[in-house]
Amino acid sequence: MPPEVTVDKLVLRQAIDDLNAAYAACIDADRLEDWPAFFTDPCLYQVVPRENVDAGLPLALIRCDSRGMLADRVVAHREANIFGPHAYRHLIGRAHIVGEDGALVEARTNYAVYRTWLDSASYGETVLYSVGEYRDRIAVSAGTARLVERTVVVDTARIDSLLATPL
Amino acid sequence: MTSTSDIDTSAAARRHATQVPYRLFYDQDVYDAEQRHLFRGPTWNFVGLAAEVPEPGDFKASFVGDTPVVLTRDRDGALHCWVNRCAHRGALVCREPRGNRNAHRCVYHQWTYDPAGRLRGVPFRAGIDGKGGAPADFDLARHGLQTLAVATYGDLVFAAFDPAVEALDDYLGAPMRAALDGIFNRPLTVLGHTRQYAAANWKLYAENVRDPYHASLLHLFHATFGFYRSSQPGRIHMDPRRRHCVLESWPADAKAEAARLAAEDVTSYRAKYTLADPSLVTGRPEFRGLQILSVFPGLVVQQIQNTLAVRQLLPKGVGRFELVVTLFGYADDDPELTAIRLKQANLIGPAGFISMEDGHATEIVQRAIADRTAAESVVVMGGYDAADRDDLVNEAAIRGFWQHYRELLGERVGHAPGGDRG
Repeated sequence: MPPEVTVDKLVLRQAIDDLNAAYAACIDADRLEDWPAFFTDPCLYQVVPRENVDAGLPLALIRCDSRGMLADRVVAHREANIFGPHAYRHLIGRAHIVGEDGALVEARTNYAVYRTWLDSASYGETVLYSVGEYRDRIAVSAGTARLVERTVVVDTARIDSLLATPL
Repeated sequence: MTSTSDIDTSAAARRHATQVPYRLFYDQDVYDAEQRHLFRGPTWNFVGLAAEVPEPGDFKASFVGDTPVVLTRDRDGALHCWVNRCAHRGALVCREPRGNRNAHRCVYHQWTYDPAGRLRGVPFRAGIDGKGGAPADFDLARHGLQTLAVATYGDLVFAAFDPAVEALDDYLGAPMRAALDGIFNRPLTVLGHTRQYAAANWKLYAENVRDPYHASLLHLFHATFGFYRSSQPGRIHMDPRRRHCVLESWPADAKAEAARLAAEDVTSYRAKYTLADPSLVTGRPEFRGLQILSVFPGLVVQQIQNTLAVRQLLPKGVGRFELVVTLFGYADDDPELTAIRLKQANLIGPAGFISMEDGHATEIVQRAIADRTAAESVVVMGGYDAADRDDLVNEAAIRGFWQHYRELLGERVGHAPGGDRG
């Protein structure tokens, strides 16, 4: 069905696209400490291989159900986990609003993430690292839009090397 | 305890057992010999959990070494494994990762097989109007799919190309069977899969899971957040041929730990960070400690806190491996316990707080030997032999792995037991 066009919906979509653009900029510029603020608390951020979604299996690669868990991911990223230095570049498609329930909006948005190595052996080498879809529930109110849930459904289920930085 | 009397302590043998030529990680001829004589030789290769194919007709595509195989369950509930290559002209018969069907039909010419791999139908076998078709003496029974021997231990399903392989129970050995019995003792529920693709030779990962020495040095999550105790007791337990490894550790006795900390500079053990949300590590008492059970050549069963998983290690060319992790619980888990397992899964897999480094560690070895060096690694922590150990600061099980590898392949890859390689 072609979508119904209303001014309200255009404004809403613009708000979600802006949220996604800011989200991408936050991660790609390595401002991970700001990343949890994109979510409500509690929240659900999970990265799920498409293989499990298709099979109806619940296992996620990353599953955080509070801002605290998101912050712990960031501390582990900075202080504990060891991986090759790299940068991400998110290309996020425009949001597709699939449902509205009061102030809660449900949207689906395609993403692609390119990963560029910044290490001594492979500096500047870029690969298409991950493609998939954000399945979001977003709380939109005057002045703010925050992620209540972001389920990253990863088509690229075979993770190249490892997954340290959030998608 | 296993006997150590068979360990040759001559200088040449000692050097041999403790220095591994990096060539074994980059040489195509070595890789090809492994495919033929190790993966397609007298070894039991993990191909799936019985719980992944619970119903008659269920199937799962997998690999033994480089060879695509399919694990199936027939109408009578029996498990089968066959090479996924049509007996006619070699096409993949099964093109989906998993599913359910009682007839497997090759799309190329619709030759059709049952779940046991027997050829059941050939289109136009009698030709059309008396022309064409199969020869009169064509015998369906002689054109089935190549089958592998199948055996199970608990829910673990193994397949072997070489029918002369020893019985699975004997292959696993008593220490591994005892450890597996502690996990595979009731029906399982599969919770999902993750896949990790590393630019490294598969044996670098086989070494990694037999290496308790790296645990507190490479994986800093526990130390960073104040969980790790360097004196944590543990042990390495092997079968008589040293090919498998039961690695266990468990929490230190509380009193002994307190005394040790009192005697040391406690401040150095005080973590700089605490978890903002400790629900990640709030589990339920279930197992004594941690278990990493490595079954030669490519299976790892792990129990870390309340996470239970099998890791299938698959070679993907000389400098690549894939790790397929399948998380499971028990059919009698309550919803809260399932939720705990799923949350603690943050610790494991390609994004795991205490596992993501392993993929990186294997890759930086592979990158460092890209010049096809003639150098060798040094595997001497905890001594020179491959005997069992009751500490976690040793590389005995890595020596055990190479001891058995040389028994299987030594002369074929220029790494024979007991002699100098020059």
